Parts: sequence; structure tokens; C-alpha cells
Amino acid sequence: MKPGQTFALLAAALLAVPAAQALEFNQLQPAKSAVSFVYKQMNVPIEGGFKRFKGELRFDPARPEAAKTTLEIELASVDTGFAEGNDEVQGRLWFDSKNHPVARFVSTSVKPLGGNRYEVAGKMSIKGRTLDVKTPATFRQAGNSGVFEGAFVLKRADYGIGEGMWADFGTVANEVEIRFRMTATAAGKQ
Amino acid sequence: MPPANRYTRTAIGLHWLIAAAIVGTFGLGLYMHELPFSPDKLKLYAWHKWAGVSIFLLVLARIVWRLAHRPPAPPASMPGWQRQAAEGVHLLLYVLMLAVPLTGWLMSSAKGVPTVWFGVLPLPDLLGKDKALGELLATVHKILNLGMAALVLAHAGAALKHHFVDRDEVLARMLPRLKKP
Repeated sequence: MKPGQTFALLAAALLAVPAAQALEFNQLQPAKSAVSFVYKQMNVPIEGGFKRFKGELRFDPARPEAAKTTLEIELASVDTGFAEGNDEVQGRLWFDSKNHPVARFVSTSVKPLGGNRYEVAGKMSIKGRTLDVKTPATFRQAGNSGVFEGAFVLKRADYGIGEGMWADFGTVANEVEIRFRMTATAAGKQ
Repeated sequence: MPPANRYTRTAIGLHWLIAAAIVGTFGLGLYMHELPFSPDKLKLYAWHKWAGVSIFLLVLARIVWRLAHRPPAPPASMPGWQRQAAEGVHLLLYVLMLAVPLTGWLMSSAKGVPTVWFGVLPLPDLLGKDKALGELLATVHKILNLGMAALVLAHAGAALKHHFVDRDEVLARMLPRLKKP
């Protein structure tokens, strides 16, 4: 590489990096984020969610393929919609949260689908099992905040969530819709 | 319109159908409440709600029928206070037959569990999720049930008294297979 080219690349990098940082949303705001779900019990849709989770999110709308997110959900903070259910799902047959307290999602790729739509792929680990998952997500910018929202269907049996007497899908369906809203601020801007 | 001297077959059919459904659903309610958390418990709760919605609709049909068809008059030998008591109990039973399923449905909504009739037809949630209200409605549902159970016992006891003590046709009118005393 000629010295002139090296200089040009260096100059481009120096110019480009601050610009990219200014647009990167990288401070996850748990208070403005939510992880909830809808499951069907006797064909009745019931809403639930998780009260505590933490993670990281880095997203630059100009470089979506460089985006990265990890999310750790504290399973003991589940709200299944009713008290008896909250105790039940901590047990061995469901989350076994004593031995597996956290559900973890680590993104592997973020693919732009056009407009404000993206496809986020990653690895979801629950109860000692790690599987590939994919979810559509939309992104919108509101002032200094970037908000990712989306939903996908997770099959509880894939992770052994609800074993033994709960394994039959007649009472609690296999499909659980997971909904998320991740809000991150662009710290570099201030 | 002069009072008829007998109940219509429809009135008799609805009376016994609803009676059997209420006794069964009441017993199911007592039983399922005590069960440990399990898929069976969730199933029974769903069945109980389906039965409750069905009873509510049957009672509506019965009330429409009752308004369109006069029931037979009480026996002439019956003292005035007994006629009034019987009318009062019947009216209260009609009110409770509607109020009990209604409070069950509202309680379910307040507890965040919508009611889907037979797992097919979703009922609207008239109340949003509200824990305290859900518990209050659970208490109301229980008290109304205990009140209804007491009235049903009084109602059945009075019918038996008519049949075996007064030896009139009051019970036989509602139970045509019964021989006239």
C-alpha cells in the first residue's frame, strides 16, 4: 500500500468513526423497554411478561449489519398473568429457574428488510438449551432514542418449558408469542 | 289472560335442565377451587366458565318464555304469606341465576383471564385487569352462590313439603311423571 493511500484511509476512518458514533444507539433503557408474551391456555389468550432483564444494544441505522444485541431475562421475574402460575413456572417442569435463572438472547445478524424493517437472528438459550431464533423487528427514532419492536413465536417444547403433565398442548399451547420493545439512547450525541 | 293450570313442556324442560346445570356447575366450582395447580385444574376452570355462560343464556331464554307464558296459579288452599314467599324466592332465584354467571365472567376479566366460550367464542372483557377488583368479585361470586344454594334448598324443601305434607299438585306440575298424591 502506498503512503498516500494509507493516509487517505486513515483520514476517512477518522472522519467516519465520529459520524457513526453520533448515530449509534447503544445505551439500553430497561425502564423504557419491555419483554412480554401471550400464551394460550384452553384457547384463551393470556398476557404475561418479565419484570427484570438487562442487556446491550448497539444499532446504527447507517450500518444495520453491524448491530449487536444481547439480552438476559431474569426468569424469576415472570408474570404469567396469575399468582398460581407464577409459582408454578419457577419449578423443574417449567423454567427450573433455580438451576437456569436466566434466559439469554445473543444476536448473530441483523438484516435490513427495507424501510424500517429488519430481521434479527440470534441464539436463544433457555433451560440449558440453545437454539437459533429469528424475529422481524421495526425500528423508529424518537429524539435521542431508538426503539426496536417486534414479536415472534417460540415453541415452549423446544426448550422443555412445561414438561411432564404439562407436556400435552391441550391445556397450554406450544406456541408462545414473544413481544419485545427495546429502547436505547444514543449516548455519543450528548 | 287467565293463568294456565299447567306448565308448558318448554318451561318444565328449561327448569330441570337449568337445575341440573346449576347443581353440577356449583359442585364443580367447589371441587376445582381446592385442587392443586395442574392442567386438570385449568381444564375444569374452563369447563366451569363454559357451563356458566351456557346457563346464563338458558336463563335468558327461560325469562323470555316465562314472560310470554303465564305459569299456573298456586293452589287455592295456599296461605297468602306462602304465596308471597314463593314469589319472592322465585324472583330472587331468577336474579341470582343471572348475577352468578355475570360475576364469574367479570371476575375472570378482572383477573386477566378472558372467557372463551367452549374455547371458540371469545366474550368481551367488560373490565380491565385489576387484582383488587378481581378478588372483590371472587368474594361476591362466592357469597351470591351461597345465597343461591340456600334459596335452592328452601325452594326444593317447599316443593317437597307441598307434595308430602300439603299433598297438593305443586311439585307434580313441574314433574309430570310424579303421580298425583
